[in-house]
Amino acid sequence: MKIYNGKPIIIGLIIFVGVALFPVFYNGGKASPPPEIKLDTPVIQQMTEKQCVLPKGEMRTGHMQVLNEWRTEVVRNGHRVYVAADGKQYNMSLQNECMKCHSNKSQFCDACHVYAGLQLGAVPYCWTCHIEPKEPKETK
Amino acid sequence: MGIQFSLMAVVALVLVAFLGVQVAGLNYVFGVIVPYIAIFTFIAGFIYRVIGWARSPVPFRIPTTAGQQHSLPWIKPNKFDNPSTKWGVFVRMALEILVFRSLFRNTKMELHEGPKITYHWEKWLWLAALVFHWSFLVILVRHLRFFTEPVPGLVHTTERVDAFLQLGLPGLYLTDLLFLAAVTYLFIRRVIIPQLRYISLPADYFPLFLFLAIGITGVLMRYFTKVDLLKIKELAIGLVTFHPTAPDGIGVLFYLHLFLVSTLLFYFPFSKLMHLGGVFLSPTRNLPNDSRMVRHVNPWNYPVKTHTYEEYEDHFREKMIEAGLPVEKE
Repeated sequence: MKIYNGKPIIIGLIIFVGVALFPVFYNGGKASPPPEIKLDTPVIQQMTEKQCVLPKGEMRTGHMQVLNEWRTEVVRNGHRVYVAADGKQYNMSLQNECMKCHSNKSQFCDACHVYAGLQLGAVPYCWTCHIEPKEPKETK
Repeated sequence: MGIQFSLMAVVALVLVAFLGVQVAGLNYVFGVIVPYIAIFTFIAGFIYRVIGWARSPVPFRIPTTAGQQHSLPWIKPNKFDNPSTKWGVFVRMALEILVFRSLFRNTKMELHEGPKITYHWEKWLWLAALVFHWSFLVILVRHLRFFTEPVPGLVHTTERVDAFLQLGLPGLYLTDLLFLAAVTYLFIRRVIIPQLRYISLPADYFPLFLFLAIGITGVLMRYFTKVDLLKIKELAIGLVTFHPTAPDGIGVLFYLHLFLVSTLLFYFPFSKLMHLGGVFLSPTRNLPNDSRMVRHVNPWNYPVKTHTYEEYEDHFREKMIEAGLPVEKE
């Protein structure tokens, strides 16, 4: 088989394969299972009924939209009270309500966000305005 | 005809994935086996096509000459539109691949009463093509966050720049909008310009519908019907680290997206999309115009027997002198 201009074409093909399979070379076959999300904060452990404002599945996929709606309700419409499906009332506040239970930001928020490829400290931009909860050093 | 056929093909693909995952529960087939087949076909087919082109000889220089050729020292040559050196070719190729310079020259010809010919300034195709290709690249780079652990800084930077408006949560990516807008424009252009519609085939419409379907399923997943990202990353990184898993409860929309992307990869080597490799191998662009400086020998020439005048004279010198014919060497 005769190939014309073989050298640049083969080099080009090697670059193509390298780029196309970049994630394979980059990870080197190392398995990366998803992180375990820790729900064992003191406040959650004291709860009799361990239930967030929405069912777990909806919170997992839609918490950012809930937070965005809460922001609009509080900042633009001045409503502070959220009534959950079970009639329970919550104060719509990231710092005072969400983080009261989920006080372990680095093992709760960050664990997932980092795995999902969000840039820690930049995306999502919650903590450019809100104050992060203080965590004891050893849990980090 | 082509439009209906292509549209039905994409709808059928969506249905196949929907029924396969939602009804038959073939998560592993659509999440692991199909993507592996697709990526293997993509790479092997791509190499096969490029090697096929490399086996065709290009005996002579056939660059399109879009400027003054290199000639006398006092005539200014156009170094990049009619390159005579490798450096000139490199710049020409870079301009072609990165900013689509040939497309930028696009004009629209019209025949009026008279008869009178006019050429219009026509940059919309160039603009839409540029937006489409660069958005696609940014979207591909962004998707690396599902395929790498830890995620490289370049991916973070791309994401931050793309979502710099910080609109909504999850943040709106500009390239999502630009991609859908550009594909829509490229489709509408094909439909409403009569000459273009006349020459358009299913092979032209199908990729457009496929891109549109991929874009729409992606946008739906990110902004509207949410899916479980952690499980998606588990699946994606499982594929590239050869620990394949198809976790339950991802959401059927993700499988539609994945199946459409797999179809795209599978279809790629057999389609016009191979211009990804072909643009590098275009002889009308990647050859220097040096026909008058370098001798190019046709590779399939057979060795021609020659008998030059010098050899002829050596042969017959004595007889020529006897006959009184003039000779060059005594």
